[in-house]
Amino acid sequence: MKVAVLKGGRSLERGVSLRSGARVEDALERLGHEVLPLEADGQLVKRLTAGKPDVAFVAMHGLGGEDGTAQELLEILGIPFTGPSVAACIRCIDKSLTKHDLRAAGIPTPDWFAFNETAFRELGAADALGGLEGRLGFPLVIKPSRGGSALGVKFAEGRATVPAALVSAFSYDERVVLERFIAGRELAVSVLGGDPLPVVEAIPRDGDSYDFEARYEIGRTSFICPAELSEAEATAVTEAALGAYEVLGCSGFSRVDLILGEEGPQVLEVNAIPGLTDTSLLPQAAEAAGMSFEQLVERIVELALNGPVPAPMSV
Amino acid sequence: MVEPPHRRRAHASSSDLERYAGLFAQRTQVMRSSAMRDLMAVTARPDVISLAGGLPDTSTFPPQTFAAQMTRIAQESAAEALQYGPTEGFRETVDCIVEVMGAEGMLPDPEDVIVTTGGQQAIDLLCKTLIDPGDAVICEAPTYPGAIPVFCSYQADTIQIECDGDGMRIEELEAALERLDSEGRRPKFIYSVPTFQNPAGVTMSLERRRRLVELARARELIVVEDNPYGLLRFGGEALPPLYQLDGGDFVIYIGTFSKILSPGIRLGWAVAPPPVMEKVVLGKQASDLCTSTLTQYFVREYFAAGHWREYVESVSGIYEGRRNAMLDALGKHFPPQATWTEPEGGLFVWATLPEYIDSSDLLAKALREDVAFVPGQAAYVDGRGRSSMRLNFSAGGEDEIREGIRRIGGVIAEQVELYGALTNPAASSASAQAKESDMDSPGLPRPRAAGSKEGGGDVLPFRRAEGE
Repeated sequence: MKVAVLKGGRSLERGVSLRSGARVEDALERLGHEVLPLEADGQLVKRLTAGKPDVAFVAMHGLGGEDGTAQELLEILGIPFTGPSVAACIRCIDKSLTKHDLRAAGIPTPDWFAFNETAFRELGAADALGGLEGRLGFPLVIKPSRGGSALGVKFAEGRATVPAALVSAFSYDERVVLERFIAGRELAVSVLGGDPLPVVEAIPRDGDSYDFEARYEIGRTSFICPAELSEAEATAVTEAALGAYEVLGCSGFSRVDLILGEEGPQVLEVNAIPGLTDTSLLPQAAEAAGMSFEQLVERIVELALNGPVPAPMSV
Repeated sequence: MVEPPHRRRAHASSSDLERYAGLFAQRTQVMRSSAMRDLMAVTARPDVISLAGGLPDTSTFPPQTFAAQMTRIAQESAAEALQYGPTEGFRETVDCIVEVMGAEGMLPDPEDVIVTTGGQQAIDLLCKTLIDPGDAVICEAPTYPGAIPVFCSYQADTIQIECDGDGMRIEELEAALERLDSEGRRPKFIYSVPTFQNPAGVTMSLERRRRLVELARARELIVVEDNPYGLLRFGGEALPPLYQLDGGDFVIYIGTFSKILSPGIRLGWAVAPPPVMEKVVLGKQASDLCTSTLTQYFVREYFAAGHWREYVESVSGIYEGRRNAMLDALGKHFPPQATWTEPEGGLFVWATLPEYIDSSDLLAKALREDVAFVPGQAAYVDGRGRSSMRLNFSAGGEDEIREGIRRIGGVIAEQVELYGALTNPAASSASAQAKESDMDSPGLPRPRAAGSKEGGGDVLPFRRAEGE
C-alpha cells in the first residue's frame, strides 16, 4: 500500500511533528508499505495529486495539521486519512469549544471563561476580570484556546499577574481560556478506534506541577503506565475519556488529558493527533496494551481505511 | 523525493527509553532542553528573518582565497594535513594566535597556548579541569547563552552578577564573594566576556577591568576572559584586555578565529598558566586528541598571506553599517517603553521591553510574522531575563535587519496596547491613550525624559539614549 506521511508545517510544534513523522515512516517501511514522505508546504497538494497515495497518515501537530486544515484538503482530494475528521479536529484544537461540548454533555471539565482579544481591545472586557477571578479562584490557569503544547500556558498566582499572563497567552491565539486550577494527578487516556488504552500518569520528578515544560523532557517527568488506580478510579477516568472522545466526534485515535482531583476526573483537553515520538504517551499506552509501534501504526492506518471514505472531487 | 532507507534505525520503544533514562548520568538532569527549543527549531525556517543567530557573515570571505589556500595545502602538504596533530596544536597555529593577541596588545608565552576546537571547547575544557559538582562559578547577568549548558553539565553552582553599561558590577561581585566567603566557599572562576559582550553588547570600563584584575590578584581567584569580539570594534577607544592588565597570572584567556575568519573551521584557543594548561591538555587528549589538522593548515596559509587584518577591518565596517541600521530601526519601531544597548562593536544588541512582556511568548507571535530573536531567558540560569531579547546584526543585510526590527516592533506594539486595554480598559479604544496609561503605571519602566543623562546606577538594560 502507498502511504503518504504528512509532517512538518509551520506550526510551533513542527519539531515534534517531524519526529512523529520520521518514526511513522520508519514503521510503515518495516511493515512493507511504500512510503511517500511529505513536508506540509506549498507543494503539498501538487505532490499528493501526483503521488496518488492510498491513504494519508497525518503526523502533524498544532495549528495547520491538527485543526482540520490538512484534513479538509485530504477530503477535497478524496484521500482517506488517519485520525479524527475535520469537524472533530476543529472541536478538539479549540479548548473553549471542547469545554462547551463537554459541559453540555455532562462530562466533567474545570470551570472556565474564554475571551477573545477583541473583547479586551474593544469591549472593555477587563472590567469583567475581577468578577470571574472571584469565581474561579487563584491560582488560575491561563492558556491559549488553540495550540497543543505547553507554550503560552501560565499560572496566575494572584490578580496582579493576570494581565501579563493574558498577554502571553494571546501571543499564541486570539482567544484564551481562563480555567480553575484543579490539584490532582495528571492522567492521559489514549483511545484507539473507540477502545481505551491503559491510562498513563505523568509525575513531575522535581515535584513542580506548575512547570509544564518539564513534561516534555526525558528524565524530568516520570510516566507510569498503566497508572496505579483503584478500580473505581480507573472506571471513572476511562468513562470520562471515552465520553469526551465520543462527544467530540473523534475517530481513529486521540488522546484525552485529564486531572484526577478530589472530585473525580475532569477532562482538560483532547488531542486530536497526539504525538507519536518515542517519548509520546500514545505509543507508551499501546505498548502497555501489548502493541508494538508497528502494530499501532498498522491499526491506525486500518481504521483510516475502514472509516467513511470521502468522495473525490476534481480540483 | 524518497530518502535513502539507511537513514533511520529502529526507534526505541518506551521501555527502551526507560532503560536508557535509568543509565543517564546525574548531570543530564540539569542539561535542559525545553519548549523554547521547539520554538527555536521554527526559527530555522528559510522564510524567517532571523536576528536570533550569532553568525558572522561568511559570505564576505573571498572564495578565490579559499580555493587557492586549499589547493596549496593539497599540493604541498596533503599527507600532513590529513594526519593527526599534536594535542596542543601546531606551533605555526600558535604563532598566528600570538599575532592575533598582539593586535590587541597582549604578549602571551606561546608555551601557554593550546589550540582548541572553537572557543566553546576551551570553555568546556576549563570547566572539566576546574569544576566539581556544586562548585561556584561566577559570570555576568546576562551571560553568553552557550556557556550556561557547559556550566550546567559540570553541575556548577552558577552565580550571575548584574551588568550595566560598564559591564559587570564589581561591587556586586565583591558582595557575592563575601557571601561565598561567609559560607566557606570560593568560586572556581569568574567568567566574563568583557568586550562587546554576548548577549548584552556592552563593554567593561577600564576602571572596572582594573578593579576586577586587582580583585583576582588580591583574592587569588581565576578570571576566565572570553574575548571573541575584541577586534570587531567600530567605535570608541580600544580597551586593554584583562589578560594584558594581569599579565596572565590570574586571567585565563579564551580566543577564537570564528569571528575574525570563520566559525566553520572550528578553531579557538586558550591561554593558561602552565599548571592549569597541563591538565587542560590532558582533558583535550581525552576529548578529541587534537584539533583539526586541516583547518590549522588553512589558518597557517591564510595568515602567511598577511591580509587577515584587512579582512577583519572590512567585516567590521560591514557590521557597523548593520548595527547602525538596527539602532535606527529600533528607534523607529520599538515602543518608548523599550530600552536597548548601543554596542561599539561585536554582533549583538540587547533590548528590554516592559516587564509584562515575556519574550519567549513574544517570539511565538513574532514567528507568525516570520522574524526571530533569542529570548533573554536563554542568558540566565534562573529564569530572569524574560522581558529582554538578544538581537544579532552580523548575519543579515541592512534591509533585512530594518524589516526584521519593524516586524518585531509591530508585535510588541500589539502587546503593549493589549496590556493597556487589560489594565486600563477605559483607555482601551485609543492605543495612544493606552500607552500613556502604561507610562503612568507604577513599576513599569519609564521613558527617559528628553535631554536627561544616562544614569550610571541603572542595571542592564539601561535606558535608551535620546537623540537617536
